[in-house]
Amino acid sequence: MSVGEFEARTKHRVIGKALPRHDARDKVQAQTRYAGDFTMPNMLHGAILRSDRPSARIARLDCTAARALDGVWAVLTAADVPNLRLPVELPGQTGKARNADADAPILSDGRIRYQGEAIALVAAETAELAQFALSVIDIEYEDLPGVFDPLEAMQPGAPKLAGDTNVIAQYHLEKGDLAEGFAQADLVVEGSYRTQLIDHAYLEPESGVAWLDDDGVITIRTATQVIEHFRTIARMLDLPHSKVRIIGTMVGGGFGGREDMTIEAYLALLTWKTRRPVRIHVTREESFLTHGKRHPFVLVYRTGVRRDGTITALEARVVSDAGAYAYLSPFVLIYGLITAAGPYRIPNVRVDASAVLTNNPFTSAMRGFGALQTCFAYEVHLDRIAAEVGIHPLELRRLNVVHRGDSIANGQIVEHEPHLDEMLTRAWEALPSSRQPRPGRRIGRGIAACFGPYGRVTWTHDTSSAYVGIEPDGSVIVRSGVPDVGGGQASSLASITSEVLGVPPERISVYITDSALTPLSGTTTATRQLYMSGNAVLSAAREVRMNLLRQAAEMLETSADRLDLADEFAFDTHELTLRVPLARVVAACAQAGVPRSSLATFKADFTDLPDPETWQGKAFNDFTYGAQAVEVEVDEETGEVIALTNAACFDVGQAINRQSVEGQIQGGVVMGLGQGLIEDFVVERGVVKTPSLSEYLLPTAVDAPEIITMLLETGNGVGPFGAKGIGEPPTLATAPALSNAVFDAVGARVTALPITPEKVVRALGRLPD
Amino acid sequence: MDVELILNGEKVRVPVRRHSQTLLELLRDEVGQTDVKEGCGKGDCGACNVLLDGKAVNSCLVLALQADGCSVVTLRGLGSGEQLHPIQTAMIEHGGIQCGFCTPGMVISLAACLQENPSPSRAEIREAISGNLCRCTGYHKIVDAAESAAAEMRGEAGDRARARLL
Repeated sequence: MSVGEFEARTKHRVIGKALPRHDARDKVQAQTRYAGDFTMPNMLHGAILRSDRPSARIARLDCTAARALDGVWAVLTAADVPNLRLPVELPGQTGKARNADADAPILSDGRIRYQGEAIALVAAETAELAQFALSVIDIEYEDLPGVFDPLEAMQPGAPKLAGDTNVIAQYHLEKGDLAEGFAQADLVVEGSYRTQLIDHAYLEPESGVAWLDDDGVITIRTATQVIEHFRTIARMLDLPHSKVRIIGTMVGGGFGGREDMTIEAYLALLTWKTRRPVRIHVTREESFLTHGKRHPFVLVYRTGVRRDGTITALEARVVSDAGAYAYLSPFVLIYGLITAAGPYRIPNVRVDASAVLTNNPFTSAMRGFGALQTCFAYEVHLDRIAAEVGIHPLELRRLNVVHRGDSIANGQIVEHEPHLDEMLTRAWEALPSSRQPRPGRRIGRGIAACFGPYGRVTWTHDTSSAYVGIEPDGSVIVRSGVPDVGGGQASSLASITSEVLGVPPERISVYITDSALTPLSGTTTATRQLYMSGNAVLSAAREVRMNLLRQAAEMLETSADRLDLADEFAFDTHELTLRVPLARVVAACAQAGVPRSSLATFKADFTDLPDPETWQGKAFNDFTYGAQAVEVEVDEETGEVIALTNAACFDVGQAINRQSVEGQIQGGVVMGLGQGLIEDFVVERGVVKTPSLSEYLLPTAVDAPEIITMLLETGNGVGPFGAKGIGEPPTLATAPALSNAVFDAVGARVTALPITPEKVVRALGRLPD
Repeated sequence: MDVELILNGEKVRVPVRRHSQTLLELLRDEVGQTDVKEGCGKGDCGACNVLLDGKAVNSCLVLALQADGCSVVTLRGLGSGEQLHPIQTAMIEHGGIQCGFCTPGMVISLAACLQENPSPSRAEIREAISGNLCRCTGYHKIVDAAESAAAEMRGEAGDRARARLL
């Protein structure tokens, strides 16, 4: 179906409109309660002792003085944890070098592997006393040699963090015949790329309370992307899953940083031991030190290219710094592996990818999940090729992008037309006609395409459940386990229900993120919630709708297929005056014993694991494609780069809420700008040098460019109403577009992020190497 | 030791627990003003902004004792319920809110900005909120909202903004 055809065919009442989100009114007057806003009567305050160094053995740990303090109720160490080491669930894990010893312990096992590692927990009557108790814990370290560079960590003589190798995942992807691909090429283009360590820097630091509820259920209220961690905590404590409950709060930003547990296990341990409510509230500095980061990647690319610009072969070697423990690094690497050749039609591809332990902060999920680092590499590399063959970067991309029926690196066939050529052109042409630079500065433009999967890898057998019910007064209740991280996850469910049942969004209450009371929807990660829970809600709402239509048909003495629901009426689409208020239909359903609610489970399409020798085979149900163009002004003297305008075009399938979709794209672009120009979590020999927002700088409103946001709506997505996921993809292409724009402006090719003034000046050859 | 504040128009007397207690801690922990958010505790993020005698300040950088005798306006003091400030209404209508954690401080900074400059350019709006970090929105729709609220407050219909909504 062409874009125009789809747009003409689709007539929705709520879906696709730019409506204010249902949670905006509460948030704008701070009626929304975040994790840090909750307290409990008679609660204790928890605190965590953290290592001050990256690599050591704990020579002595004596908690006697802390335990003896009046008002201190618990001091816990590894010895108090029934199951200390909990493997990260990695269904389908195929890494040849999977190292079980690399899983993080809840509290230190006696060896310190990164600065900030948790060693002991305290619960005390006041927060101040808890901090004091930490200070009197007697700890002595014996420093051990550390390793701080992933390439060094791969060497045979490097200090080992766990087991006999630091390599915790290693994959080899092979498509076509690489030698043959290079034989067909007229020239070979090579390049190396590096990305930096990045923090999520969500505005709300970690906070939460826990208590023992009725029947001894350990109940934890905190901000998380994954309420299903209640199972991890139950395993940690050797309790039945049913005895742990996580109640999520509205999340003050996630971006992957709350995908692994943050403070949940500590809250659970302290409340379990003391039998009293416990609150933990961490500072920004502790937050920075202790949650995962985005992986630095080292990427080495070699491509075979014909003189006409056709890419015949691509070889990539990728190494990611996993930091001190495995967490989700093996999974992140899979996303990097599969996206390494970009959304381009390249018949011969080889990728070798490794994730390696170091004594740096641990790295795990962050928006993009491995697909961002590769995008930087392949998109800057494409501009290199363009320069070598003398073809405009836009044309080179248009020549090589995948179309329907082509395959990407893992051999997966592109099932719907991605429209990349159209989106690249639209983004490029949307940039304002070139303005005059200020004296001493030059204007440049860069372009980058991107693609990112939404939904989990297809061998994880992903499902989501949701409940929709209509009350006798015609108001509606939706229940879904989905954590709302600010992207409008809950609001989208209200929009979908509103569309299907003809009830305005303000008459719909969405109950979310409670592992005991809302049907489990799986994690708010992997850009999967609109796709998964949107489909689950759609399915539940449609079942309720069918019951309502059949009942209304009886009441109106017509057939159900002539009826529709809107504005809280059931009406005959052929004779609009023939109608009945929805509340009367619901009452009639209740009288007749017709169900007014439905619990539905949506099941994503499953596949087997790709061939583990070559990684050929389907890995994702769909991808979101897009393009970004950016205009920059570069100071030739100082190397300062200012982003002036960013034009972003994405095929979102179908916007559920236009305002929310645009917001996701704009937020993603500015997060990408941070990665491109500003942000750098600096760690020197394992010690963090950017411990707060004074040193770790985020883009401000002044740094952010004006953004031209363009949506393509092809209806080709696998989400509800043909929607695609948009959470992660908008952040992928910004950094490479910036690098390409800087090259266009002053001829400096910066291949290591962030693009600092110093690197620009150095690339211009004005500083010694 | 107590401080006396005019908090959102009402005179209140609040005990100060220690000399180093900040206005942020006083407002959140002693008064229960959860519409003041703590994002960093050291003046980097702006989430805790309040109007202190009409000026937007980081309440984490003001000692509680320094605020004695001052007027303090938090987000809810600007508007709540059916009586929202034009900036609050515009933030809803333009989608300037995602996770919502930066919103209280952001709205306070914008209120102070529009009080001083009723017709700010987009660049001036950006400058005014450059002390307020937002990790979700990319700022674009917040600037849209501020432009629209400024027009509304000047008594202009905010035609451009309305047209965009329709």
